Amino acid sequence: MSRHTVDDLQAIADAIVAEAREGEQIAASVTRSRETDVRVRNGEVEHFVSAQSQSIGISVIQDGRTGNSSARMFDEASWREVLAEARENASFGSVDEFAGLAEPDGVEIVEQKLWDDDLAAFPTEKKIEIAKELERLVLAEDPRLRIDEADYADGSTEEASATSLGIRSSSRSNSCYATVSVLVDDNGETQTGWAYALGDSPDKFDLPAAAKKAADRATRLLGAVKPASRVTTVVLDPMVTAQFLGIISGTLVGENVVKGRSIFADRLGEQVASPLITLIDDPTDSRAYSACETDGDGLATRRNVLIENGVLKMFVHDAYSARRANTKSTGNAGGCLALQLVPGTKTQAELIAGVEDGVLIDSVQGLHSGVNPVSGDFSTGASGLVIRNGKTAEPIREFTIASTLQRMLLDVQAVGGDVDWLPSRAAGLSLVISGVTMSGA
Amino acid sequence: MSLVDLSQEFDSSVLARVLAKGRSTGAGFSEVFIEDKRNMGASLDDGKVEAVNSSRDSGAGIRVINGETTGFAYTADLTEKGLLAAAEAAAAAAATGDGQVHTVSLGTVARQQVNDVRIPPTSVPKARKVELLMIANDVARGIDQSIVQVSAGYSDATRRILIANSDGVLATDEQVRTIFRVGTVADGDTGMQTGYDSVGFTIGFELFDEESIEELAERAARQAVTKLRARPAPSGAMPVVIKCGSGGVLFHEACGHGLEADLVARGASVYANRVGELVASPLVTLVDDGTMSREWGAIGIDDEGHKSQRNVLIENGVLTDYMWDHIRSRNEGHAQTGNGRRQSYQHLPMVRMTNTFVLNGTEEPDDIVRATEKGVYVAKLGGGSVNTATGDFVFGMTEAYLIENGEITEPLREGNLIGNGPQVLADIDLLGNDFAMGNPGMCGKDGQGVPVGDGQPTLRVKSLTVGGTAA
Repeated sequence: MSRHTVDDLQAIADAIVAEAREGEQIAASVTRSRETDVRVRNGEVEHFVSAQSQSIGISVIQDGRTGNSSARMFDEASWREVLAEARENASFGSVDEFAGLAEPDGVEIVEQKLWDDDLAAFPTEKKIEIAKELERLVLAEDPRLRIDEADYADGSTEEASATSLGIRSSSRSNSCYATVSVLVDDNGETQTGWAYALGDSPDKFDLPAAAKKAADRATRLLGAVKPASRVTTVVLDPMVTAQFLGIISGTLVGENVVKGRSIFADRLGEQVASPLITLIDDPTDSRAYSACETDGDGLATRRNVLIENGVLKMFVHDAYSARRANTKSTGNAGGCLALQLVPGTKTQAELIAGVEDGVLIDSVQGLHSGVNPVSGDFSTGASGLVIRNGKTAEPIREFTIASTLQRMLLDVQAVGGDVDWLPSRAAGLSLVISGVTMSGA
Repeated sequence: MSLVDLSQEFDSSVLARVLAKGRSTGAGFSEVFIEDKRNMGASLDDGKVEAVNSSRDSGAGIRVINGETTGFAYTADLTEKGLLAAAEAAAAAAATGDGQVHTVSLGTVARQQVNDVRIPPTSVPKARKVELLMIANDVARGIDQSIVQVSAGYSDATRRILIANSDGVLATDEQVRTIFRVGTVADGDTGMQTGYDSVGFTIGFELFDEESIEELAERAARQAVTKLRARPAPSGAMPVVIKCGSGGVLFHEACGHGLEADLVARGASVYANRVGELVASPLVTLVDDGTMSREWGAIGIDDEGHKSQRNVLIENGVLTDYMWDHIRSRNEGHAQTGNGRRQSYQHLPMVRMTNTFVLNGTEEPDDIVRATEKGVYVAKLGGGSVNTATGDFVFGMTEAYLIENGEITEPLREGNLIGNGPQVLADIDLLGNDFAMGNPGMCGKDGQGVPVGDGQPTLRVKSLTVGGTAA
């Protein structure tokens, strides 16, 4: 289905790259998208957004200098203006002997199901009804709950790209989700929770499960106190693990390695993580939310094993960083695209049963401000539940957990079997990590 | 060259027809927001100017409000036909079906100039902009042998907006922003450390006559070099002194978001129903001021066509008012405060901060440090975030030192600090007399980013949780 060509867009991309002059490389990407966003509160539609947009982006490389330009219109007069601007911009860049587009490498595309006809045909009134239904289901969970907002959103994108080195690709994709964010009040205290429902089309949403998840997240934090500071073992909830993997992935990206910004730059072949850790980037795995067929350079995506049994096996590269590192692109223009850890066998409850004294980390706050992937420092706000004698106990909040990225990878004590294909570039599962400092009162 | 006022490009009779179309399905209010934004940027990394970028983005967002329901559509087609089609889509989204014809008469164009742009960035040769990057690179690398990597970025934006609505508002503004940033990496015995600094104002290229790129690059380099000898940050609750001009983000997170009327109305703010109450130490007077000339969050008019203004939110510790947008003011009969902002024509406006800051106290900054036996001195804060419903917030420290026996001593590695808004505001026990605005910031809310400024004098919070690893 995703082999669908977007003929009018492809024709524009092809026409642009055909303008390439002697010694000049051009890449063009032409996109058309639509979005719907419905927000419901108290049974009423608060807003309904319906829009379509288009964009065009052109890169020009001339004599090792790169220039880019973009605009929101793609009639011929507009793209000619954008092309002229990109060419002008290229004249101001530095000469970089490694600059250049990707060469076609013959790797076959693994087809993904990126388009759903049911979603495309889904009627508007039913979209509003989904958000209202989610709101009703949440309120039925617990009388103390209030709705902060309930949303339904979907979008579709048609894209075509071409390069003057002969790479062409086009795709059509659509996706949808519903989210709810809730408040719960008790004894003058307020806590918050949220959840989402996903599916190829809205009829696949499990709204009752989402409602229950949001209600649970909020209510189980009621009565949370600030814990005392100590060194402890944490069990990361799958969503938190996915966020953690997102940070780790930056240290494995070729560009950061060749520019001396990765803590693992000179560690290939070494034990950088617990032997329990096998980390794979595989956008060809159709279970991954971010599964895709081509990378940002237009090359086919592929499965890459980055860390195997704790040993660092490879970095991911795009055409540019690969050229600098004297290796081949791994189909990773845009970085790690769909990370997953090879799962263990235990459920989260079984993992918790193995922890005498620790904390289940429900959510983290401030990963953008307290984590530095260049130095490896890791410090984040958190909330969760105390684990005592293998069971979850009272809730805690307003504390931080801290370690370093290097230590955390080595301190992994167990990997859960509870894989969750989250709406992110990394799948989640529960992870047990020891030696983490908890700062509280 | 300066760009013409958008009101000269759009006939008010066309706007009136678009607004009338917006109300064609029974809505009481319609609005057209037109934007024409030009960006130019260049980035340097690893000693090379990697890419020079430019973009142009223009379009219109049509908002139609019918009772409690808002319909919204946007388009990049700025012809009358395109605008009418978007207005029809927005009207359909908010339809109740009364089908009456509504006429709209627009007032004369309102403008408020909060800043002068002496040198429009569009008039400056790109080569000159690129040259600044090389200067920053050379200076930063020359500071110390341990500097192994430097990145730098230049960016300017010229944003013309026009807002017309069915209440008769017709307003335009031209907002010019110029920003420059430098990031560094130093390598030493204990691994790598990073430094970062930026300067940005709501002005044109004259930024570089007024601010020294060399000094900016030096500060970013020294920050990384200093941190090479940093020890792990402490863990636990302790006094924290925050240097002037580095910690406005504390107030942005600890109470700024919680004072946005949309979150208050949803009952998602710890500051709801607390006007007139003591919500902070009596030392604290907090202001949000969109008219603050030059500052990063300055705007002549907000994105709903209302003039920006100076709003006192907390006075001597007492909550005086929230910040408001069109919908919340209308629903609650409150005056506009000029805080209705949006990222672009593709977004709905909502309540947003502009420049948010705490006024001076009376203490000498040195005395504040001297009065602190043991604690942390934060010289540079990173980003932050808040859960407005619980008040719990975090913010990162990117340059910090230990305070021992009333003196600033060892540098510390990075980490987050965590606190609860109302508690932290009450715990501010010393406020300096050295007010300064901080670095240009980008505030994210509900997926939209807008430029904001913040500022404060040196101050002490008597107890904050520092999220390090050292005992």
